[in-house]
Parts: sequence; structure tokens; C-alpha cells
Amino acid sequence: MVKNYDVIIIGAGGAGLRAAVEIPKEYSCAVLSKVFPPRSHTGTAQGGVCAALGNMEDDNWENHAFDTVKGSDYLGDQDAIETMCKDAIRAVIELEHMGLPFSRNEDGKIAQRKFGGHTKPADPNDPYGKRIPVMRACYSADRTGHVMLQTLYENCIKNKVDFYSEFFVTDLIVEDNVCKGVAAFDIATGEVTVFHAKAVMLATGGYGRVFRITSNAHVGTGDGTALVYRNGLPLEDMEFFQFHPTGLWRLGILVSEAARGEGGILKNKDGERFMQRYAPTVMDLAPRDMVSRAIISEIREGRGIKGSDGTDYVLLDVSHLGKKVIDEKLPEITGFARTYLGVEPTKEPIPIQPTAHYAMGGIPANVNCEVLADEKGNTVKGLYAAGECACVSVHGGNRLGTNSLLDIVVFGRRGGKAIGEFLKTAEHAEIKSKPEEKTKEKIKSVLNNTGTEKVYKLRTELQEWMMEKCGIFRNETDLKAMVDKLGELKERYKSISIEDKGTVFNTDLMEALELENLLANAEATVYGALNRKESRGAHTREDFPKRDDDNGMKHSFIFENGGSPEIKLKPVTITKYKPMERKY
Amino acid sequence: MDITVRILRYNPEKDDKPYFREYGLKDVSPDWRLLDVLHEIKWKQDGTLTFRRSCAHGICGSDGMKVNGKNRLACSVLLKDLNLKKPVVIEPLPAMPIIKDLVVDMSGFFSKYEVIKPYLITKTPPPPNSERLQSNEDAEKLFESAKCILCGCCTTSCPSTWSNENYIGPAAFLKAYRFAFDTRDEAGDERLDIIDNPDGVWRCHTIFNCIETCPKEINITWHISQLKKRISSREM
Repeated sequence: MVKNYDVIIIGAGGAGLRAAVEIPKEYSCAVLSKVFPPRSHTGTAQGGVCAALGNMEDDNWENHAFDTVKGSDYLGDQDAIETMCKDAIRAVIELEHMGLPFSRNEDGKIAQRKFGGHTKPADPNDPYGKRIPVMRACYSADRTGHVMLQTLYENCIKNKVDFYSEFFVTDLIVEDNVCKGVAAFDIATGEVTVFHAKAVMLATGGYGRVFRITSNAHVGTGDGTALVYRNGLPLEDMEFFQFHPTGLWRLGILVSEAARGEGGILKNKDGERFMQRYAPTVMDLAPRDMVSRAIISEIREGRGIKGSDGTDYVLLDVSHLGKKVIDEKLPEITGFARTYLGVEPTKEPIPIQPTAHYAMGGIPANVNCEVLADEKGNTVKGLYAAGECACVSVHGGNRLGTNSLLDIVVFGRRGGKAIGEFLKTAEHAEIKSKPEEKTKEKIKSVLNNTGTEKVYKLRTELQEWMMEKCGIFRNETDLKAMVDKLGELKERYKSISIEDKGTVFNTDLMEALELENLLANAEATVYGALNRKESRGAHTREDFPKRDDDNGMKHSFIFENGGSPEIKLKPVTITKYKPMERKY
Repeated sequence: MDITVRILRYNPEKDDKPYFREYGLKDVSPDWRLLDVLHEIKWKQDGTLTFRRSCAHGICGSDGMKVNGKNRLACSVLLKDLNLKKPVVIEPLPAMPIIKDLVVDMSGFFSKYEVIKPYLITKTPPPPNSERLQSNEDAEKLFESAKCILCGCCTTSCPSTWSNENYIGPAAFLKAYRFAFDTRDEAGDERLDIIDNPDGVWRCHTIFNCIETCPKEINITWHISQLKKRISSREM
């Protein structure tokens, strides 16, 4: 079956929904998602969305841009960062106008709180001198992502957006550098449809499920990044994967930085506030890459606490904040601690350990969300990407907390606008290949495979190995071992067999297809990590512990290249922020 | 620890009607989520077992199902909170057509949600370059209703839903409250008229099943009572 639309958006998280709201009414638009829109992973974001509104204290967007550049360890493209931070103020006010129920300050304006890496100059006359934490994160208790997702979904319903929920995209149709649509199957019936479109936006989120301990939902399998990579198009900066410092021990469930923004502190087994040794000025509110490395260093030096599962953790203490603050501002995360670990956060500290959280890298895109075909800046006609699956690059080597919710609304809207412009002259390009047959063939080959390998087993091995060999600390020996392991896993993937052979809601089949996507994402990550011989942002090489600005101020563009990945480089865009040593 | 679970299975491509199948699991931990048990079965015993899930910590609302007779999220139930001396009985959410095993057709649920106009309706344009003002007290009045994750546990636990498929149901009412009591909303009668009818709030007989079952512990009946009060006061 073929359906024609002007634009198809893949993914119904914040970026996809915000783009959908922006598509002009005269164009037909459909949003495809493998889950119902309100199930999307945006909903699990907790702490806030940053904008220099200055509602609590003086602040300006240049402060926000400086912090984002520094937080990115100077790998973010500074023109894109300026675009985002300047637009943040309008974007957050727009969310309020759309109905988002923000927490409020005493004046009835949007309330703001402190967050890791967000600072301003201690002396306004010395903009590059000592910096102090600033209240910049706009929030709704600790459910900011949840209410943002709900608000955007509600606005889509108001605008009568066409949804195809529970559709799994199997193929991105790009011919002669023109994107012509996607192929997908309806999960409930197994029926394959080709969505023939003039423009396609990928807003498919991250791929945290390549790691064993992750805050990411089970659906976070990097489907969009894998589709692009397998099409011979590049992925950018995939070696930069953020580990959030405070995942709930054993489970990896996110415990928002808001806990520290409100005054929570990290302690080692001796009860010491160890962050004062790693980041003397901002301490617990240092950026995530630094706090995660500090936690692992404490554990390696014997100051962690051994858990019953054999892994080590440290403690996040919010008990001194009092029951009122905890109940009003951190209800959700303290609820997780109670439910899953039986810990009462008003009385005792919460066991935490770093958890794989966010892909800074992804599908290379410019500030108008047009997908890049190469490191020279050429674009793929009709293909757009926004949100975590994209790399603009506003997060560079390390994303600051709250900048993901900002990214999705700023670039979701920009992508929607750019598509609206593009559609004024775009036409349906004829599809020369046979995508419907290709997808049917792909599904049939998984269903009919009678090999001995099991999907869950390969996936678990991948996740454990990635955690061990390509996690917070990396080195050449481990990464080379991971390359070999990936080769082995890809080979074994050819011999998988699944038990469910049906067409109705076949989640066995979906897990198999998702594993293929995870393997593609892992490959790009590992080869990128092996190739980057420096330590920058979230990418830490034990064998190259220093940042190398002479060679490292470049984005990696990785191409699948028929199974032997090839990496090309693109210089970072610098406007006015010269790389400095990154101290907090 | 060893446990037994009984799961209602139904594959429309093979089965005439749903049936129970038992699975035994050895060496499980009391700290496991029920979702971990379902995964253990799917990944190691029976790949055909079908259920929805995503975030696995009670935010996305995917894995609502009936556990020992009560609607719950599989990811928010720990084994130690269940009676494990008897088999744990798992069924799909009631009052919705089964697609396969624990997966139900939620299109009816979402269409009722859409009926109540689940979005802010305003007539006065907002200030061009700043937010509308709202006191924190007024904002916080919305937070409990805004917690709703649309899992469907409440609506499908309600006897009024079971007896009348047109009943709009508690989840949609909660969303109606979320907007009707937002100081920024100007829908007025437009939204209240939708729920002021025989399939609307008046079919809520304060049975409290919704409160009992809500995984986010929202006092849904209280919110419905506020809507009833507001409708009554406009009629007087």
C-alpha cells in the first residue's frame, strides 16, 4: 500500500510533535510513532528547560550560550548554540502560551532553579571571570518533560494532526540524494505501507539501550540514526555519549539534577562531599560528564559502597532539604527511590550510580534541521532531523542539563518552519526502487530464519560489553576488543531466530529489528571513540587524558562504508568563544 | 525464590478465545518489578508472549494490565508486594478489545480523551513577549491532575465504563479538570457542556475504583466532584 503525504514526521516525542504543530495547514502531514505519542521518552525528562528569562535574578542569553559552549567542551558549533540560547526565551514563553503548567515564582512568572553547569559571572563587569550558579531552569515540579510532552500532544490534537501510532519504520527512501519517504509496518496488523512524501523529518530520539545501565526507555534503540547510517549517510560525533551521574542504583532510572539544583549533595562511603575536590566552585552542580567521572574515580579509589548486585554506588542526600521541599519540588524522583529501592529520601540518602543517558551525536543537521550528506555541508534534499537523534551540534562533547528539552522545542519548530518553506516548491519525486517489497523481504527473512541465536542474548552481550569497554572511561585496548566483539555480534545476528511467526503485534519481530539498529549505533559509537585520540566532554580516553585543541576541534562524520566504517572530519564553528581550560 | 504466574493469552491468528497459561520461574528476586518477570518469560521461555512497555518506571503509561484482579502498571509493582504463595494472575486491562495477549485496543480510550477538548482554550491573546501570570497556588492546583499518564487503569476499572461504552470516563474527566480549573483557560461552557450529560460526570457514582487503582495515586473522584460542583453552580 502507498500513502501520499506532503510531509512525514517519524517520532512523536517533543521534537516531532513541535514540528507537527508548525507545519502549515495547507500541507498534509502525518506523524508515525512506534508508541502512542504520550508514551514517548520526552515524558521522562524531569528537571527543567533552560532559558535566560531572568525571572529570579539577572541573567541573559549570552550567559546561557557561554555555559553551553563551555559545557560542550568547545565541540559545540557556536553559531548554532547562539541560535538556540537566544531563541530559548521565546520558546519557553511559547510553551506557557500553549498551556504548559509551569511552577511559578512569587510574581506569578515562570519559576526557575539552579542546574548543573548553568552559571553567570560573579562580577557582571568581568564576564569571563569567576562564575556562580544561576537560576535558569524553568520547571514544573520534577515532571517538566511529562507536562511538555502532554502540552505538545494536546496542541497536536487541537491542530488535528494525523497520527499513525504503533507504526514501525523499516526503511528510509533516499535516492540520488533526495528523500522520498519511508516504509513502515502497522504493528497491530503487520501490514506494510510506503509513505511517499516530499519531506521527511526524523525525530526518533536516542539509543541509550546499547548500554546495560541506562535511563532510556526500552524503545530508545536509535532507529532513526540506524536508518540514516545504513543508507550510506553519515552520523556525527557518535563517540560522545553522556552518562548521567545520578541513576538509581541497579536500575539506571534517572534521578534528576534538580535534586542537586534544589540543594542535594553527593557523598562517598565516608560521608564526604567529594565534589568539592573535583569542582571547588560549583561542586555538585558541575556538568554531568565531570560528576560522572568523579563518581567512578571515587569508586575506583575504594570510596564507593558495594551493592548486593556486585556493583558500586555512591549516595545522593536530599534529606536535609526537608519534607516540604521534597514533596513539592521533587515528588516524582523521591517516589522512585521509595518504590524501587525502599529508601525514604526524607530520612536517608539515595544510592546512585552513573547511567547512560543521552547521545550528543547523531544525524548531522544544520540550524534549519536539514540533514547533511557529508562533512562539507551538502544537504540531502527533503530530509530533516531534530531532537536527540540529530546533531546540530549544540551539545558538542557534553550536553548541559535542561538543554535537551530546549533543543527539541527550538529545533522542532525550526525544522517545521524549514519544511513549510521547502514545500512551497517541492514535488513528489518518483520512487524508483521497490521499498514495499524490500521491507516485506526483510520481515520475512527474520520470521523464516531458523538459526540458533537469540535476540535477547545478543542484546545483553552488546549492552554488557558496551558498558564495560565503551563507557565512561575508554582506552585503545578495550575499544579494539569492542570492535572485534561487534564483528562477532553482527555475524551471529545473521543466525537469529524468533518464536513469534505471526503478523499481529509481533513484538518478537520488533525486538529483532531494534537489535539490528542497536548494533549500527554501537558500531558508529565505538569506531568514533577509537578514532578520537583525546579526552573531551563525555569522551574520556585513559590513554589520551588531555584535550587536544590542535587536532580535536573537529566533528567526526562516520560513514558505514559497506562494513568498514570511514571517518571524515569537519571543523567546529567558532564565533567568539575561544577554547579555555574547562574548570568549575 | 520460585514463583508461578498465570497469564491470559490470546492470539487472534490462532485462538478462538482467550485462555490462561502458567509459567514457573526459579530464583527470582523479591525486588523485581512484575515487568522484569514478563521480560524473563518473553526472553527465556516464550517469545510469543506479547505486552506493551517502554520507560519501565511508571511514567510512559504503556504497561497497564490487571494483576491479581487490580489494574496496575507492571513496572510499578514489585514482587515483594504481591502474595506469591498463589500464582500471580495477569490479564489485559478490562473493557477494551484484546488485540493480542496483554495488548488491548486503546483507540476508544483516546477518542474519549479527545472529546473533552484536552487543550488550553483562550480568547484573550497572551502578552506578546512574556508569559501569562498565574500564582503558584493556582498552578499547583493543576499539578495532581497533570500527573496523569493516560495509562487507562482508572477508566477501565470503573463499573460505569463496564455498563456503558459511551461513558467518557475518569481519565478524560481528570483532563477536563486540568483545563477547566486552569486560571488561563477561557473555554467556560464549551468544555463543561461536553461532560454535563448522561454519559458525562453524572454517571460517576463515586465508587472510588479509579482512586484505588491509579498508579500515580491521583484522587480522581475529588477532581470529578469539583467538576460536578462547577457545573451545578452554573445551573443555579
